[in-house]
Amino acid sequence: MSTQEERSGRYLDFYRDNIERISENSSPYINSFRQNAIEEFKKLGIPTRKNESYRYTNLDTFFGHPYSSYFMPSEPDFVKAEEFRCDVTDLDAHGVVLINGFYPTITGKLRELPGGIWIGSLSEASRKFSGMIEQHYGRYVNGNSDGLVHLNTALASDGVFLWIPEGVSLGKPIQIVNLVNSDQDIFNQHRNLIIAEKNSDITLIICDHTLSPQKFLTNAVTEIHVGENAHFNIIRVQNEHNNAAKITHTFIHQERNSVATSNNITLHGGLVRNSTHHYLGGVGAECNSFGLYLSDKFQHVDNYVNVDHAFPSCKSNQLFKGVLDDMATGAFNGRIYVHPDAQGTMAYQKNSSILLTDDAKMDTKPQLEIYADDVKCSHGATVGQLDENALFYLRSRGIDKRQARLMLMFGFAHEVLQNINVEALRERMDNLVMQRLKGELSRCASCMVKCV
Amino acid sequence: MEKDQDKLLNDVTSGEYKYGFYTDIETDSIARGLTEDTVKLISAKKSEPDWLLDFRLKSFRQWQTMKMPAWANLKIPHIDYQDIIYYAAPRQRPALASLDELDPELKKTFDKLGIPLEEQKHLAGVAVDAVMDSVSVKTTFRETLAESGIIFCSFSEAVKEYPELVRRYLGTVVPYTDNFFATLNSAVFSDGSFCYIPKGVRCPMELSTYFRINAANTGQFERTLLVADEEAYVSYLEGCTAPMRDENQLHAAVVEIIAENNAEVKYSTVQNWYPGDKDGKGGIFNFVTKRGMCRGENSKISWTQVETGSAITWKYPSCILKGDNSTGEFYSVAVTNHHQQADTGTKMIHIGKNTKSTIVSKGISAGLGQNSYRGLVKVLRNASGARNFSQCDSLLLGSRCGAHTFPYIEVDNQTAIVEHEATTSKIGEDQIFYCNQRGISTEDAIALIVNGYAREVINKLPMEFAVEAQKLLQISLEGSVG
Repeated sequence: MSTQEERSGRYLDFYRDNIERISENSSPYINSFRQNAIEEFKKLGIPTRKNESYRYTNLDTFFGHPYSSYFMPSEPDFVKAEEFRCDVTDLDAHGVVLINGFYPTITGKLRELPGGIWIGSLSEASRKFSGMIEQHYGRYVNGNSDGLVHLNTALASDGVFLWIPEGVSLGKPIQIVNLVNSDQDIFNQHRNLIIAEKNSDITLIICDHTLSPQKFLTNAVTEIHVGENAHFNIIRVQNEHNNAAKITHTFIHQERNSVATSNNITLHGGLVRNSTHHYLGGVGAECNSFGLYLSDKFQHVDNYVNVDHAFPSCKSNQLFKGVLDDMATGAFNGRIYVHPDAQGTMAYQKNSSILLTDDAKMDTKPQLEIYADDVKCSHGATVGQLDENALFYLRSRGIDKRQARLMLMFGFAHEVLQNINVEALRERMDNLVMQRLKGELSRCASCMVKCV
Repeated sequence: MEKDQDKLLNDVTSGEYKYGFYTDIETDSIARGLTEDTVKLISAKKSEPDWLLDFRLKSFRQWQTMKMPAWANLKIPHIDYQDIIYYAAPRQRPALASLDELDPELKKTFDKLGIPLEEQKHLAGVAVDAVMDSVSVKTTFRETLAESGIIFCSFSEAVKEYPELVRRYLGTVVPYTDNFFATLNSAVFSDGSFCYIPKGVRCPMELSTYFRINAANTGQFERTLLVADEEAYVSYLEGCTAPMRDENQLHAAVVEIIAENNAEVKYSTVQNWYPGDKDGKGGIFNFVTKRGMCRGENSKISWTQVETGSAITWKYPSCILKGDNSTGEFYSVAVTNHHQQADTGTKMIHIGKNTKSTIVSKGISAGLGQNSYRGLVKVLRNASGARNFSQCDSLLLGSRCGAHTFPYIEVDNQTAIVEHEATTSKIGEDQIFYCNQRGISTEDAIALIVNGYAREVINKLPMEFAVEAQKLLQISLEGSVG
């Protein structure tokens, strides 16, 4: 077991040795953050379980591993990536594919969608839309005390840039597919920046997949700005193999009267950690944060949600549910923080988990920190098994035990899935979850790489 | 309306702390500071056996390697542990044959506090162990209790008279390495209460300890050890007050409870240490470690606390549910007003099968008070059939106070059912309006609502305490909500 210094040291060395390659494609503005960020990372290090927000997640096995250096995928990789087809059959979306955190060059680095929406590579955008980048980049992660966010700021060289101009509403969702594919064990970082301007309305789907069985560690930061009256919807579907670790940090900054909804569906993954930070930065803003995790084997899923009520009359709602099987472990850490002047706040939070075996384990930590008095806040957390009475009810009506259990679990999970506003995806998810609960779906069934 | 509320709030905030007097009695104190010699001196003053001195020294050495924890949601000013007097005793020892020999000043103190020290007050029916500046002054009803085999005396007497009992149980629930304050206490504790209820005995009266800090610059470090043997039952009360002073005083106590098979222990606290003045000057730092161990099957430990005093409260009365079918309960009302801060809650560790725990915590914040609930419910792998229900409500009075909830739930067994719910709100205008309509003044309405809010917990207190607790709540909060 390597010590904390050694583990952080590996990344510090990597930074020192490769800073030129890391920064060659980025604009000076983005590069100007790197030095400070690496200093911060040096101070904070890789979070251990002593860190309160990583209390239930052990990153050692993934961060202690030596990954090969990695910069840019080669052309054949991109070709392979282009072959990837999303298995949500009826999904009609504008799609982009990101491979190992880089935006492919084949289709051009930036493209324009109807309504003047721009989507493409962040490094390319940092030159073309430098004004926009300078206004938003690095602003919403500001003050975060997570070493991994700083590591990302220092090392990430590409990611997706998405800009929805004022008043634009796109009928179709936008889909970003994150693929990880390599014949070596790699560590990759990417950074997304999404700007939804005033009065815009957009739905974004992010799918995470792994295409080869190597050991992967992904550390991704997404900054999202939601302008006044804008509606923003982000759905993240995670389906990676058991040897992959996915760490995402999503920062959603909302202006007045905006509505943002985030939905994290974790179907599969070795170690998954999603931290979602909602900052309600204007009067009347509203946010919803949903999550569903279904894990088995030795998987570990950790959801961290932080909702900052900085202005009066904001609303927030959190709902996280999970089913844990085999030796799976789950963690939930939800925090509602109501600032002193945020009167008229309404904030709700709920986390429910079902344990299916004696070896499964769930740790949950719902927190409220309230510094204003005119608030209505509540949180609830439950951990348990299926309701015996409900089971009995179904069985007394002639439904066999297995079927009854499935129905109950599906109903339990559906409470989260019903919040997905893209019908094709919702149906597909219902389907996948059903299969998953039946035990028919190991990740391999839907994977194009037939590695086993 | 708004103005009225402010006025009411002010009335409350200017409410006097009625136990703030100081009694001028001679005390025997040692010099400030803490070294190994201090520990030896305390031990020598109490002519303790070697094993206890070893326990203290072990603790002290451990303590030197420890740092004061900083994880609580509290702003604690720097505490200079070398600037505290670790031992102060009313000079009037040893051995009091009867109450008449008690220093009249001392007696007056306890009369003022309304503690039934005099045995003739049979009607009060409470056996009291009074602890002043960490030395037990007088234990009442000892003989009556002794008839049924109950041992209830000061800790130092217990060490002398029942060394094997004390030795068997001391440090078994709160080990000397447990945490910074418990370790400090283990090194320098001066006195406290010891209570042993033998097999099959149902304690005929409420037992009570009354703690009083009197001398200046001292810290109070008492230790309570309560053992309920098989089939025994006891209800134990604890009350505390201190004079008003400008400097902060440290109170770091340890309470250990052991419940054997089928035993039941009810431990109630009404904590009313001096909370500091309305600018947050002075007041007691109440850093207490309380833990009960349900060692036997079907045993039960119930904590009830009403926390209205102290500048800073940091305490988590906990239950280790080791025996099968054992039960742990925690009922708490914590009030913070002015600049008071509280970080309190409980830990329920489910180890045995079919263990149950209930947590009801009611926080009330007013003025600039900050009130946190912090609790852990942990279900270990073998604790099948474990059941927990937690409810943590917070009531906010005034726009500058805070209420926080930090529950930790760790479940490692599929048959466990753990539920937690929490709400935070202020008293609704509609509720006040409803009362006003029916001719109840705003102030009375608020008292009514706060009382109803806290009732669930106060109902769990023994009668005498319930009345006191209700009064305390009224003093600190009557009419302060809007």
